[in-house]
Amino acid sequence: MTILKRGLSRRRVLQTGMAGIIGSGVAPLVFTKGAWAQEFCNNPTGDTVVFGLNLPLTGTYAEEGADEQKAYELAIAHLNGEGDGGLLNVLQPSALKGNGILGKKVTYVSSDSQTKSDVARAGATRMIERDGAIMITGGSSSGEAIAVQGLCQEMGVIFMAGLTHSNDTTGKDKRRYGFRHFFNAYQSGIGLAPVLGQSYGNDRQAYHLTADYTWGWTQEESIKAATEALGWKTTAAVRTPLGATDYSQYLTPILNSGADVLILNHYGLDMVNSLTQAVQFGMRDRQANGKDFQIVTPLISELMAKGAGESVKGIFGTSNWHWNLQDPGSIAFTKSFGAAYGSPPSQAAHTAYVQALLYADAVERAGTFYPPEVIKALEGHEFDGMGNGKTLYRAEDHQCIKSVLVVQGNESPTSEFDVLNVVQEIDRDTVAYDPAIFGGDLGPAEPVPMCA
Amino acid sequence: MTTFMSRNDLFLFLGFTVVVLAMPIWLAPFGAGYPDLLQRFMIFGIFAVGFNILFGLTGYLSFGHAAFFGVGSYAAVWSFKLLTLDAIPAMIFAVVISGLFALVIGFLCLRRSGIYFSILTLAFAQMSYNLAYSVLTPITNGETGLQLTLADSRVLDAAMGQTFSGQPVPTLLGQQLGGYAGFYFCAGFLILAFFIAQRIAGSPFGMMLKAIKSNQTRMQFTGFNTRPYALSAFVISGMYAGLAGALLAVTDPLAGAERMQWTASGEVVLMTILGGVGTLVGPVIGAWIIKYFENILSALNDNILARFWSFLPEGAADFMVTITSKFVGDGWHLTLGLAFVIVVIFLPGGIMEGVRRIAAAFRRSGSSSAKPSARTQPAE
Repeated sequence: MTILKRGLSRRRVLQTGMAGIIGSGVAPLVFTKGAWAQEFCNNPTGDTVVFGLNLPLTGTYAEEGADEQKAYELAIAHLNGEGDGGLLNVLQPSALKGNGILGKKVTYVSSDSQTKSDVARAGATRMIERDGAIMITGGSSSGEAIAVQGLCQEMGVIFMAGLTHSNDTTGKDKRRYGFRHFFNAYQSGIGLAPVLGQSYGNDRQAYHLTADYTWGWTQEESIKAATEALGWKTTAAVRTPLGATDYSQYLTPILNSGADVLILNHYGLDMVNSLTQAVQFGMRDRQANGKDFQIVTPLISELMAKGAGESVKGIFGTSNWHWNLQDPGSIAFTKSFGAAYGSPPSQAAHTAYVQALLYADAVERAGTFYPPEVIKALEGHEFDGMGNGKTLYRAEDHQCIKSVLVVQGNESPTSEFDVLNVVQEIDRDTVAYDPAIFGGDLGPAEPVPMCA
Repeated sequence: MTTFMSRNDLFLFLGFTVVVLAMPIWLAPFGAGYPDLLQRFMIFGIFAVGFNILFGLTGYLSFGHAAFFGVGSYAAVWSFKLLTLDAIPAMIFAVVISGLFALVIGFLCLRRSGIYFSILTLAFAQMSYNLAYSVLTPITNGETGLQLTLADSRVLDAAMGQTFSGQPVPTLLGQQLGGYAGFYFCAGFLILAFFIAQRIAGSPFGMMLKAIKSNQTRMQFTGFNTRPYALSAFVISGMYAGLAGALLAVTDPLAGAERMQWTASGEVVLMTILGGVGTLVGPVIGAWIIKYFENILSALNDNILARFWSFLPEGAADFMVTITSKFVGDGWHLTLGLAFVIVVIFLPGGIMEGVRRIAAAFRRSGSSSAKPSARTQPAE
């Protein structure tokens, strides 16, 4: 800048332009830090370690994101030995000591992913490069999860996926640095189909409305396969854009399609809207082909059931976890979450919390933050006590194999949170499958890619 | 040399180059000296410079420039998937495709001017967004976003016998483009883009564009056919956007439909107006400021605010956290909106006007013998 000579008008323009930037840049730089060491990306050298929380705080899945944030804050408090310890007391086996991770206090940075893959990826990059996050976790959409997982593989940072249900996350798009605790659409299909067969018979015509992205596509495929194996026929499968608010244009054609079951492959606000509008359309009072018209929501959470209110009563779906389970893990988690926030946790909160703990536990067992060692500690790890019974982190595809819940909208809820009933708990041997069916390639753990 | 570029232009260009290349150093104290944000500064700088050629020079306000940006990204990612991981073919491909796309859209939209032109471009951009989001999913992969996978064909790489393990990433002649390498790669293009824009603004062609802006009807009466000039400006500006989109795909190989949404188109308009319409550096500064605040403010959360205000007494600190938390995190657009309103009301010419005013004030107080007013500049 000093190479410019005095007296040039442009020069003043330029120089003062910079002054302008600096002047307006009075921002909170005090908050930022950037210290990275040599051996691997964001090797924590101080006495703290940073988690990067990538959360959809706005957009279609915002409610899940907000619940996940609460769960992460709780998990981090418990890891640091604050609060009542939550699931630290029931995890089996556990290497956690309640003094942070490897003696380092856990802190976090967060970023709003807006339920958009692009934004999620930019946020994760920022948390890795600027804030020195050792691990990225969170997300409530499979689109986000797959995008961020690819990035984490590129950067050599472990990604503990939050709520993501697409088969692709641990199927065709699986990555060595990505791990998923949540179940997937294929397992929903295996779990849900027998219950549907029992309740609705084996001669049904199904009509799918599907959220138009990776999760919707794979769920439609899985549910289609599972119901067709029962003897159902698929009349049509229509894609709806993520974040649509008015479903009337999609609902009208169903009336004359000859279908007698509507399958909603929607989640979050999409599901609340499509289910409510379908019920308002009078779908559930209709008769088609001489049978009562039925609606099925293959993946449903308590937050959505609450949002849909009356409409959800009697409707079948599957869940990863439910707060009303009576094992010690679920009771402990519901208790500490309820004490902190005054409401029972959703399945999104549960999976987020468990992922944070599992990462911490793996680091403790590995004795280092070096990602390939942590990956080894997670792969094939068998644990219990987190509310889903015995669970295996499968080495072949980084998918947790555990039991799956079939749930039904509660006909007579006793409280605003008591909206889903657990109909059946499908044990993990039934929902396990051969990881090879989805293809994909984890890629190598070493050499560790080096970020920035 | 002096016949090639005026002295002022040369100094402006050199100064700009130095400022850009030294960014990792002088931005570090501001918490912005990390590669991802620096890359974005470069990329959106190019986008804004290109947009300014159409809006600032020619006077056509396009509300649909994000479409060209997105097309550039998709074209680049497809080049990575089908041809090679090298960045150069991807960028050429992206610029050509977005140029052709701009030619078609520009041909249709430039039949109208003023607000009708803006609405037409907005309509086309929104159409492109919806096509990318839900209709053309085999090409764009919709909401999930187009990504590189190990299974991509990469014909040229395969022909040269190159294989990959792990996550495929774009390269430049075998050199990976992550981190600071990616930044200097983008910085080179920003400097080049700035240079070309500077040359355009100073050329007879640029004079023609400025004439279109000041009075198109008079131009037509004097016998000029203005359409080809406006169309050229539109295409050039579309190619700039395509270049920026391609660079974004080079530094982060994922193309999502969100970058084509109308909010993205609106953002580049904000950048240009905030910085100073019609000036060369203004749009770049506008882009930097918006991206900077987006990155800093949207990352703040209540905990950080609580720590920041912790010097206040208990009640006051909580109060300040409650108030300020509305302006950060997912609410950072509120801050942007406020800043924008203030700038437009008090500095209609953007930050560059503020700069000029300050400079004028300095000159007046600096030497009493100075001339009373600065030379007025036409078409600004």
